[in-house]
Amino acid sequence: MALTTSTSTGPSARGGLLLRVLPPALYSGRAGALLERSMLVYSRAWLVFASGVLEPLFYLFAFQIGFGKLVTEVAGPGGQVLSYVSFVAPALLVSSAMNGAVFDATFGVFFKFRWSKLYEAMLSTPVGPLDIAIGEISWAVLRGGVYSVAFFGVMAVMGLVTSPWALLLIPVAVLVAFAFAAIGMACATFLRSPSQFEFIQLALIPMFLFSTTFFPLSVYPDALQVVVQCIPLYHGVELARGLAVGVLDPSMLGHTAYLLALAGFGAWATARRIGKLLLR
Amino acid sequence: MTTVESTGRVVGHLRAMWLRVEGHWVWYRRYWSSSLYSSGLQPVLFLAAMGLGFGSQVEPGAATGGLSYLHYVAPAMLLSGAVMFAVGESSYPVLSGFKWQKQYIAVTATPITPGQLLGGQLLWVCMRLLLAGASYLVIASLFGAWLNAGALLVVPIGVLTGLACAAPVTALAASTFDEGERFAAVFRFVVMPMTLFAGTFFPITQIPLALRWLAWISPLWHGNELARGVTLGGLGPLPALGHAAFLGGVVLAGILVARHWFYRRLVV
Repeated sequence: MALTTSTSTGPSARGGLLLRVLPPALYSGRAGALLERSMLVYSRAWLVFASGVLEPLFYLFAFQIGFGKLVTEVAGPGGQVLSYVSFVAPALLVSSAMNGAVFDATFGVFFKFRWSKLYEAMLSTPVGPLDIAIGEISWAVLRGGVYSVAFFGVMAVMGLVTSPWALLLIPVAVLVAFAFAAIGMACATFLRSPSQFEFIQLALIPMFLFSTTFFPLSVYPDALQVVVQCIPLYHGVELARGLAVGVLDPSMLGHTAYLLALAGFGAWATARRIGKLLLR
Repeated sequence: MTTVESTGRVVGHLRAMWLRVEGHWVWYRRYWSSSLYSSGLQPVLFLAAMGLGFGSQVEPGAATGGLSYLHYVAPAMLLSGAVMFAVGESSYPVLSGFKWQKQYIAVTATPITPGQLLGGQLLWVCMRLLLAGASYLVIASLFGAWLNAGALLVVPIGVLTGLACAAPVTALAASTFDEGERFAAVFRFVVMPMTLFAGTFFPITQIPLALRWLAWISPLWHGNELARGVTLGGLGPLPALGHAAFLGGVVLAGILVARHWFYRRLVV
């Protein structure tokens, strides 16, 4: 009797019996509610949101007036000689997508999860752990996407967009944001105290510095080159740099596959962790 | 039997400050490992990436004084690390002392005054800066980043520059009553641009003249000038004195404002 009445209303009804019964209430099709909540929260703190656009622009400006005078030419993809600014700009676009996404997915999620117990409240409504994972990751991706569009606009104004392929930088940035948000959120569920955010910095800053963002891979000794090629951000940077100058090659499929796999794994791991910790 | 007469002062100023440092030390002894990265490792990673990696692309030229980029950037990396650490250690931790953990209220319930508490806080930051600077000095010397023994002076310059950022930020934290949202703005609009544009990675002569004054008023630029002066040479005694006086003035002004807020907030 109870079973028949509970199936009558709500978006979950569209998902069918299978989604609700197997695995228990993992997903109810309400991820959009979390997205809506984040938008409401940031509509009060729009200045914080907007200021995120400026940070990569400071970097770009610094490279234009400063670093670019120290290094005039760098060997880019396909042996093409690039000005230093156009070498570094696509890499900055991708790493700012990474930074933004990880920030939202770790600091934000940690406070909601451990301190304000927001997810416990959500799970007492018809929202499942997978809804939470998808909703939070979508917000991080959306934010990263907005930032990358703004950054791309400035690149275009500075004359750094030379190939029509460069338009694909935005989907690449979104993919990178997705992958890092998913992995970051899964990691955030393991944190117990704010002082452990140091570990996240410990992963992010070296990745930002050494993923061929600021200098080409050929600078490293051979053994280190292999290590660098395993880093997730490296694949995002290579993909973005190739597209920015319009040099395409088959290895790009490999980079894309790596990032897609990372994103899928992260989303799965996040949902599993939240379900495990909160649905006991 | 001897009688103990009251002197009217329980402990002296320095002793009181030192007691506070001891308090920090007890905490630090348990949690030192979690701060190892931000205070010690981060500047070294930046040195490796910018000095060695990016530096390998730089032709020694007029901008770097004919030196390799590693030598040019090594002292500045110590200073920008010190600034980041000082700002971090003086923002949320100080606000937390007033607002969340409330140790400051507990401490001033003892005969330690708010002024001594402030002194202890800044002394503790100085000691951490000294420790971080010394370890950076050693690790950077393994990279071959120093040309001469003048590098030893970069550590005290780093402490002074760090303090010139710690004191005003402590004042800001002491006058903050919300959840500290303004610190994010300080990081994003002050610390980060200062790191990029105050002569850390490239000489400020490359910045358009209309904006160069922004570098001139930043503590980091004065610190960088001093640090490069002692490691690479080329700094006269008069400019050196000027830079040091500027940093000292900022420290003093920061302490005075912070002291005002400490008393206002802790003395009922």
